[in-house]
Amino acid sequence: MKARHVATLSVAFGALMGLAAEAKTLRWSSPTDLTTLDPYAHTESFTTSMLHHVFDPLVRRGRNLELEPALAVSWKTVKPDTWRFELRKNVKFHNGNPFTADDVVASITRLLDPGARARGNIATVLKAEKVDDYTVDIVTNGPYPLLLNDLAGVYIMDKEWMEANGALKPGNIATGVTTAASTSAVGTGPFKVESYKPDAGTTFVVNPDWWDKPQHNLTRIEFKPVKSDATRVAALLSGELDLIAPAPLQDLQRIGSSSGFKVIEEPSLRLIMLTLSAKPELKAMPGQKNPMLDVKVRQAMWHAIDFETIKKRVMRDKSRNTGTLVAPPVPGYSKDNDQPLGYDQDKAKKLLAEAGYPNGFKTKLNCPNDRYINDEQTCVAIASMWTKVGIQTELQTESRATYFPRQDRGEFDVSMVGWATLPPMDGFSVLSSLLTAQKDGYGGSNSSGYTNPQIEELTRKAAVELDEEKRRSMLVEALKVARDTVAFIPIHQQPVAWAVRDGVDVPQFPDEYVRLWFANVK
Amino acid sequence: MHMLKVLLSRLGQAALVMLVVSAVSFLMFRFVGDPVATMSRENATVEEKAELRRSLGLDQPVVVQYGRFLARTLSGDLGISYRNQRPVTQLIAERLPATLELVIVATVLSLALGIPLGVLCALKPNGIAARLVQALSLVGISTPTFVTGIVLILVFAVSLGWLPSFGRGQVVDLGWWSTGFLTASGLKSLLLPGITLALYQLTLIMRLVRAEMIDVLSSDYIRFAKARGLPSRYIHFRLALRNALMPVITVTGLQIGSLIAFAIVTETVFQWPGMGLLFIQAVSFADIPVMAAYLLFVGLLFVLINTVVDILYAVVDPRLRARSA
Amino acid sequence: MKTLAPSPGLITRIGAPISVMVAAVLALAIVACALLAAWIAPYDPTDLASFELINAELPPAFTADGDARFLLGTDNQGRDLLSAMLYGARVSIAIGGGAVIMAATLGVILGLIAGYYGGRVDAVIMRVADVILSFPTILLALLVSGVARAIFPGAATAEWAPLILICAIAIHEWVQYARTVRAATMVETAKDYVRAGKVIGLPSRRIMLRHILPNVMSPVLVISTINLAAAVLTEATLSFLGVGMPPTYPSLGTLIRIGNEFVFSGIWWIALFPALALVILVLAVNIVGDWLRDRFNPKLRVKR
Repeated sequence: MKARHVATLSVAFGALMGLAAEAKTLRWSSPTDLTTLDPYAHTESFTTSMLHHVFDPLVRRGRNLELEPALAVSWKTVKPDTWRFELRKNVKFHNGNPFTADDVVASITRLLDPGARARGNIATVLKAEKVDDYTVDIVTNGPYPLLLNDLAGVYIMDKEWMEANGALKPGNIATGVTTAASTSAVGTGPFKVESYKPDAGTTFVVNPDWWDKPQHNLTRIEFKPVKSDATRVAALLSGELDLIAPAPLQDLQRIGSSSGFKVIEEPSLRLIMLTLSAKPELKAMPGQKNPMLDVKVRQAMWHAIDFETIKKRVMRDKSRNTGTLVAPPVPGYSKDNDQPLGYDQDKAKKLLAEAGYPNGFKTKLNCPNDRYINDEQTCVAIASMWTKVGIQTELQTESRATYFPRQDRGEFDVSMVGWATLPPMDGFSVLSSLLTAQKDGYGGSNSSGYTNPQIEELTRKAAVELDEEKRRSMLVEALKVARDTVAFIPIHQQPVAWAVRDGVDVPQFPDEYVRLWFANVK
Repeated sequence: MHMLKVLLSRLGQAALVMLVVSAVSFLMFRFVGDPVATMSRENATVEEKAELRRSLGLDQPVVVQYGRFLARTLSGDLGISYRNQRPVTQLIAERLPATLELVIVATVLSLALGIPLGVLCALKPNGIAARLVQALSLVGISTPTFVTGIVLILVFAVSLGWLPSFGRGQVVDLGWWSTGFLTASGLKSLLLPGITLALYQLTLIMRLVRAEMIDVLSSDYIRFAKARGLPSRYIHFRLALRNALMPVITVTGLQIGSLIAFAIVTETVFQWPGMGLLFIQAVSFADIPVMAAYLLFVGLLFVLINTVVDILYAVVDPRLRARSA
Repeated sequence: MKTLAPSPGLITRIGAPISVMVAAVLALAIVACALLAAWIAPYDPTDLASFELINAELPPAFTADGDARFLLGTDNQGRDLLSAMLYGARVSIAIGGGAVIMAATLGVILGLIAGYYGGRVDAVIMRVADVILSFPTILLALLVSGVARAIFPGAATAEWAPLILICAIAIHEWVQYARTVRAATMVETAKDYVRAGKVIGLPSRRIMLRHILPNVMSPVLVISTINLAAAVLTEATLSFLGVGMPPTYPSLGTLIRIGNEFVFSGIWWIALFPALALVILVLAVNIVGDWLRDRFNPKLRVKR
């Protein structure tokens, strides 16, 4: 009880201080905009990160991305498939409604609706049950080691508000279903939405009644999406913005050397890779056997790419070349797997000849041009390098809006994909989404048709393994198979690079989330 | 009687044009991309899809579907943007003020500069200033708007840091209208995009003023005034310019529609949150409802402007009645 | 309507001022360089195997860090910028020229038909023309290319994009030809020689093509010059907006779009040189077109 009083006091004190001091506004920009304010209607990580300012999950990621209590103060497993959560008391939504177990049950139920676009984020959850006003049970489909990771991405909405506004059913950006929640957001989070104008800007104001002690000193956040890299940099340098995230790599040096600005960067969790078709024939060579079915061809394609030069020229030395499909901080990573095959054109040619393609073959390469850092440039470089060893590559680049649906439909021979293992931040996500056959909820983003019996088995075993040590070694083993059989060609680990004006202190995270409740502005 | 005929024929034409535009917009809606494919769940069954098709009315004859589309459109329902998840009508209403304010600033700037320059060129057609202006105007129409915009940003926003490079600055909401005219940052933000857009219009106005002035100056009426010994200042500005301005004003009115459409480029360069930016983003995202609605809206605007101007002309200038009949 | 009469020998009586001559020579030189790009360009920028990423973003040869191999420097992929510009100009001119030819053909045919037959045919064609003319070029072009992309994903590829761009631009430009040719045709149709031809039973097509067409060609040529400049600009604008030529087969507009992303990073040449080339080309064509218009047909006005 006492502790809570202190907390409340300090919040009140903080709010007073905030009022006494001048208003602190952070103006920032990114190339994309929020797609919707409905947290269950989408699966985009940018929108998820923005909405985290308005909503709280039961458990959240702390300053070092460790899982920590948020709306739940503690939890335990009462049965292998049932987790019990103690909820935080005296928390209020932005509209003044108290936060209780009913809100958690209504939120989980809403997310479990088949119409919810983000349904897959808690694929193993069966239901949420109220035990008392501040206790909730969450039941999973069998033992499930990653429930907390999943729940960190589930924002809790207000049941009364949803009832009053007819928003108990979720929206879905894929089917075009909208509700009152698509355009207004009532959460428990550190900021409230003041206005939301798609493409023009979204404004947040501080929530003085937030349950947690603010580590930021902001009173207001003004967000404006600016698609053009050049315009975004110009706006920062002319003093119209305090933060741009991301900052274009080609401008980092210039921004860093301008007085009054600095660049902050660190490696992202996002790995960029190429999928290789495992189908009987390629779109580029109808009627002939797909050469990429031969592991030697796949190795040749890896050897043919000069990743060092891509890193130096395209990524301005800001990326990290990799040999595996997960980033170092993610469970499932191992140093031994992280060995690229190495650039060797002669070896590539030799391997192609051994596989029966001394004169190479034809393939298509498809890439987005507005999704990953310098994606189009990277692909032009790869197409050029492949062409030099005899793999005639026809490159097509397009906007993410048309690219990803086509990728989902399996229309590509070779295509670029980025994977950050979000929201769970676990290597299991690569295995279950990219490396397994499309059935029983697995292989959701496996567009190339790649399968391997060993990986299938290890993935299914890891899914129910509650012993963390054993689980991790299964992930590592499966990812080793993926590397040895060249399931994908990993390109690099993206950097997270932002630019700020002096006096703005914003911590950066490898999951590329912008968490402004840690931001301080002078 | 004759007037009524002209009026009716103009209105009939306007209705016909709108019908054509709405048909094009309906065809986009209906046949570009399969709505069932975009709207059904990823693993929907054949039966589910057929049911969705029925509930959307897609199993009806195309003419019936078009009728329904018209009815919906007339009631103001233009569907929901795929990209923004908001009613398209609302999106357009939100963007309209930004674009219109930009167009107003551009029009004012282009008139304020174009008329004096045009007069200058007409009065001293062989002077150095006039030749220079003429040459510059050719450079002006040969330089793409986006290049002008980038250069302006580079000079005034990045190098000198005088003016903002993007967006509308601080806006004030007056009911549903949001205006940038009432704040310093809003006015500053209007300058660069306003100038960029005005340059496109400037050449046209200047050339028109020059041509009309030369025309009027060589008329008997002016010669007569000169013969009577009226002061040349009076002749040039009170008599000649006044007569020359009538077509200039008409053309400026007619051009408002073009400016709105041309603002697409300016808005892209300056990330100006108007209808043009909405449209260009809809194009790159294949957001059909927004594209169709923009087409309808701009079509309506053009038809309105043209019809009003035509009718006014017929009323004001009897000589033109024959042309419009 | 006298001005629409056949113009005797464009070349022999030119008497153009020096500035127009210079512009004409310049325009022809750029067009020639672009058309001969495959032979005079130092490298082939469309061949993926011909450039090295290691050479990316080298400044022009005449600057301190320049590389003698690349006169105007290289782009972000290590392509020789001069070669990319020559090929880019070729794409721009081909699309602009294609659009003009398409618009002129369509406009002349429809104008002849409308002017010759009159009545209902004329009314329908001219109504359609009015509707199209009430929308600006850029809007129609954006709509056509936007819809084409939405219907058929291949529309953005190097094979299809030029054709779609040509159609997108021509859909607006034919109207001007149709109006001019119609008016001229009506004048000619009323003349005795055409009436006589009708009376002795010459087929309509023969009268139109053999007798009327040659008499209306000079305004068509004047309009074409001005339209070529406008079409090249429209193509550049569409490519700049990202709905034109893809970066694997860039036009001048695409090059400027790519270069724009680097302008603030001190890598100015990727945007500057293509922009200069575009402005000079369009300016030169415009100067010639302007002069031709004043010389042969002062009644025609620029209409964008």
